[in-house]
Amino acid sequence: MRIGIDVGGTNTDAALLGHDDRVLAAVKSPTTPDITSGVTAAIRALAPPVESVAAVMIGTTHFVNALVEGARLTPVAAVRLGLPATAALPPMADWPARQRDAVGGHGYLCHGGREFDGRPLSPLDPDELKRTAADIAARGLTSVAVSSVFSPVAKADEQRAAEILRDELGEGVHFSLSHDLGRVGLLARENATIINASLRDLATVIVESFGKALAEMSITAPFFLSQNDGTLMDADFARACPVATFASGPTNSMRGAAFLSGLGDCAVVDVGGTTADIGILTGGFPREASGESEAAGIRTNFRVPDVLSLGIGGGSWVSPDGESGPRSVGYLLTEEALVFGGTRLTATDLAVAAGRADIGDSSHVAHLDREFTERALERIAERLAEGIDRMRTSEAVLPVVAVGGGSVLVPDGLPGFADVRRPWHFDVANAVGAAIAQVGGEVDRVFHVPDGRRDAVLAGAREDAVGRALDAGARPGSVRVVDIEEVPLAYVPGGATRIRVKAVGDLDLGRLPAATGADAGAIRDA
Amino acid sequence: MREVTLDNLDDIARGAGILGTGGGGDPYIGKLLAREAIRAHGPVRVVRIDEVDADATVVPISGMGAPTVLLERIPNGSEELAALRALERHLGRRATHLTALEVGGVNSMLPIACAARAGLPLVDGDAMGRAFPEAQMVLPGLAGITNSPMALADDKGNTVIVEAVDNHAAERIARAVCVELGCQISCADTVLRGDQLADGLVPATLTLAARLGAVVREARAAHGDPVEAVRATLDGKVLLAGKVLDVDRRTEGGFARGHARVEGTRDDADRVLELGFQNEHLIATRDGATVATTPDLICVLDSDTGDPVTTEGLRYGRRVSIVGARCDPRWTTPGGLALAGPRSFGYEVDYLPFGSAA
Repeated sequence: MRIGIDVGGTNTDAALLGHDDRVLAAVKSPTTPDITSGVTAAIRALAPPVESVAAVMIGTTHFVNALVEGARLTPVAAVRLGLPATAALPPMADWPARQRDAVGGHGYLCHGGREFDGRPLSPLDPDELKRTAADIAARGLTSVAVSSVFSPVAKADEQRAAEILRDELGEGVHFSLSHDLGRVGLLARENATIINASLRDLATVIVESFGKALAEMSITAPFFLSQNDGTLMDADFARACPVATFASGPTNSMRGAAFLSGLGDCAVVDVGGTTADIGILTGGFPREASGESEAAGIRTNFRVPDVLSLGIGGGSWVSPDGESGPRSVGYLLTEEALVFGGTRLTATDLAVAAGRADIGDSSHVAHLDREFTERALERIAERLAEGIDRMRTSEAVLPVVAVGGGSVLVPDGLPGFADVRRPWHFDVANAVGAAIAQVGGEVDRVFHVPDGRRDAVLAGAREDAVGRALDAGARPGSVRVVDIEEVPLAYVPGGATRIRVKAVGDLDLGRLPAATGADAGAIRDA
Repeated sequence: MREVTLDNLDDIARGAGILGTGGGGDPYIGKLLAREAIRAHGPVRVVRIDEVDADATVVPISGMGAPTVLLERIPNGSEELAALRALERHLGRRATHLTALEVGGVNSMLPIACAARAGLPLVDGDAMGRAFPEAQMVLPGLAGITNSPMALADDKGNTVIVEAVDNHAAERIARAVCVELGCQISCADTVLRGDQLADGLVPATLTLAARLGAVVREARAAHGDPVEAVRATLDGKVLLAGKVLDVDRRTEGGFARGHARVEGTRDDADRVLELGFQNEHLIATRDGATVATTPDLICVLDSDTGDPVTTEGLRYGRRVSIVGARCDPRWTTPGGLALAGPRSFGYEVDYLPFGSAA
C-alpha cells in the first residue's frame, strides 16, 4: 500500500492506495503551521494498516510559497564562474527586489567556465576563490550557489570551485551546483540554483517534519517528495534540491485526475478556493510549458506543466452584476461565505443555492434570486469552457475531468465540451497524483553529432536517460522514454546539438530500503 | 520616438522579436543588457535619419554568433564599445552616431546598450528592416557601401579588423573568427556617412518595433486580439492560425535549417501551412501553394499572447498565427532578390510579390 499526501497552503489531502492502485481511503484536513501535526492528523484519519505501508509520497507547496512570500529564505552566496564574460549581468540582476533582498543579494563573479565546445573560457583562479570564501565567511553566509558558464557541457569547474570553497569554509556550509538543477541558459539555471540554495535550511526543517509525522504514526516505510515532472525524489534528494518540487502541485492534480478518470488524453480543470487551473494531459502526462518559466517573477529553466490559471474558485467573490472573482475569500470560506453564516456572496453560495452542492446551511442562500444565480453560474461555465478551448491544440473532441474541492462549480456539460467527468475522489486528486508518481531520469546536454552518427548519438542519450531512471529506483522493464528534444545550435559548426531525453518508470517498491529487515517481505508483497 | 528609456524598452524588445521573423534570438538577454546600460548611463537619445548631418559618421552595431551561446556566455558589457573603439582607431575618426544593422531580435538591443555606454545618439532605423542571417544581407550592400572595415571584439579583449575584398568574403571571414572566439562576438561595421543613410537604412524601424510591442501589450490588456493588432500595424495578412504539428531541424553549414508543419484550426481548419526556415522563417506554403517568401516578413506569433515565436521556439502543440508582411521595396529589386530572395537560401522557387497569393 502507498499513501499519497498533498500539503497545500490551506488543506492537507491524503489518500491510501492498495497494491492494485485502488483508492482505499481519502481525507482532507487543515494544514497546520508546524506541518507535522497536520500530516499526522491526515494519516490518522486515513487509518492505514501501518505495517502494510510500503511508501509515502508527499507533494508540497511549501517551498514555492516561501519564495513567493520572500520569507524563511536562507541568505545565499551566489558564485558565478565566467569572467571575463558575463559581467554585464551579475547574479540576480533580473530578480524582483523583494526576493533579492530576502536572499541578501550577495553575488560574486570569478574566473572559470567553458566555451560551448568544452574549451576553457578562462582558468579557475584558486586564489580568487579563496578571497571569495573569506568574504563569504565574513558575511556569515552558510549556503553557496555555484554556477559556471556551460556547466551542462562540462561540470568540472563547478565541482572544483566547490571543493576549494569548501576547504576554506569548512563543514556545515551547503553547496548547490547549477549543473545539478538546470539546463543550458546561464541566468535561468543560476536563478534556480540560488533559489535552491536559499531553501536548503527550510528543506531540512520540512523533510524532518515529514519524517517526524510518519514516525509518530509508526510508519517506517520510506517517503518521497514529488517533483515538477510527476516523478519522485527521496528525502536526501529533497534536502539537496527542494527547488525541484516547485510545480509539483498542478502536476500531481493533473496526473491524479488522469488516473482517477482512466483518461490519458483529456483537459483537467482543477478548481480550488481562489483559482481554476486548466491543463492538458497527453498520454497521462501534463503538457509542458514551452520555453522558460517564472517562479515568483524570477526566470528559471526547469520544465513545468503548461497551466492556465483563471481567477475562479469556490471562494470567489460574486459581484452584483454576476461576475465571479478574481478576488476570493480564500481559506476564510468557512467564515465569510453566506452558507457558513458570513456576509460575503461567494461562488460556493451560488452552487449551494442552485442545488449543485450541499455545503454549509442552504437556508442562508434561500433568498437569492434564482435567475441571478443561474446566470452567474452560466457565466462561470462559459469562462471555464473558453479557458479549456484556449489550452487545447485541436478541434478534436476532448473530455474534461473536473477535480479539486471547488469543482462543484463545473457543470456536467460545458459549452463545446459535452463530456465532463467528475471522478470519484475528485477532491483529493492531488494526493492520488502524488501516490502514483513515478521515477524519472533525464539527459540534457550539448552533444557532438558527426555526420551519419545521429542515430547512434540519440540511442546513447536514450540509454543514459533510461539508466538514470533505473538508478533512481525504477522497476526494470517499466521504464519508457517519454520525451526527446533535439535542437542544433545555430551558427555552431561541427554538429553541436542540444539533446534532451526524459525516461520514466514505476517505482520499484521491492527495491526500497526497509526500515527493519522484518518489513522487507511485507513491502515486496504490498 | 525621441528616447529609449527604461519605460519603452519592453515594447521595443517585443516588437523587435516580431520583426525578427523567427530569428535574431530571444531579445531577453539583450533587453537586460540594454536595461543595465540605461540604468548606469541614462536614456539613449534617438534621432531621425533626416536629422543627421551629411558628414556624420554613423556606425551600425551588432552581435554575431549563436543565440544559445548568448544565453549561456553572457557578455561582459565591454564588447560593443571595444569593437567601436577598434573601428575608430582604424578609421582615424570618431563615430558621431550609432545605429542598428538589424532591427530583429537581440540585435535591436545591443546598439541601445552600446549607445548608452558610449554616450552617442542612436539613429532610428536599421540596415535590414527585419532580420536576416548573414552580414552581407544588408541594404548598404545594395547601395554599394561595403561592410569593410569590420571590427570584431570578444569579451576577453581580443579584437579583429577585417578588410575583405567584398561583403561575402567579409561575412565568411567574420564567421570563422566568431567560431574561434567562442561563437558570440560584437561587431562594428558598414560605416555610413550621414548622406548615405537614406540609401542604407530602413527608416524609423526602432519606432515601429516600439509601436508593435505597444499594440500587443494594449490588445492583451483590453482582452483584444494581439495577432490582429500586429497584422494591422504591419498592414500584413494572417496566412494561417493553427497548431504546430511537426518540426524537422537539421544543421547545414552552421545554420539551423528545417521546416515546420502547422495545421489550421477554427476558420483555417483543414488547411496546412509549411514553414521553411534557416534561422529566420523564410518561406510559407499553404495547401501546397507558396503564399509568402523571403525577403517579405513571415512572422510567427503565439496565437494567445501575440508574442513572437522564434524558429527554436517552435514546438509540437504550440498555437501560432503566421502573419505575412511586405518588406522594404528595395529588397524586391533584382539586386535585393539576388541577396535575400528565396533562391539565395537554396529554395527552388521565385519570389512571390506580397499579396499576390489568394
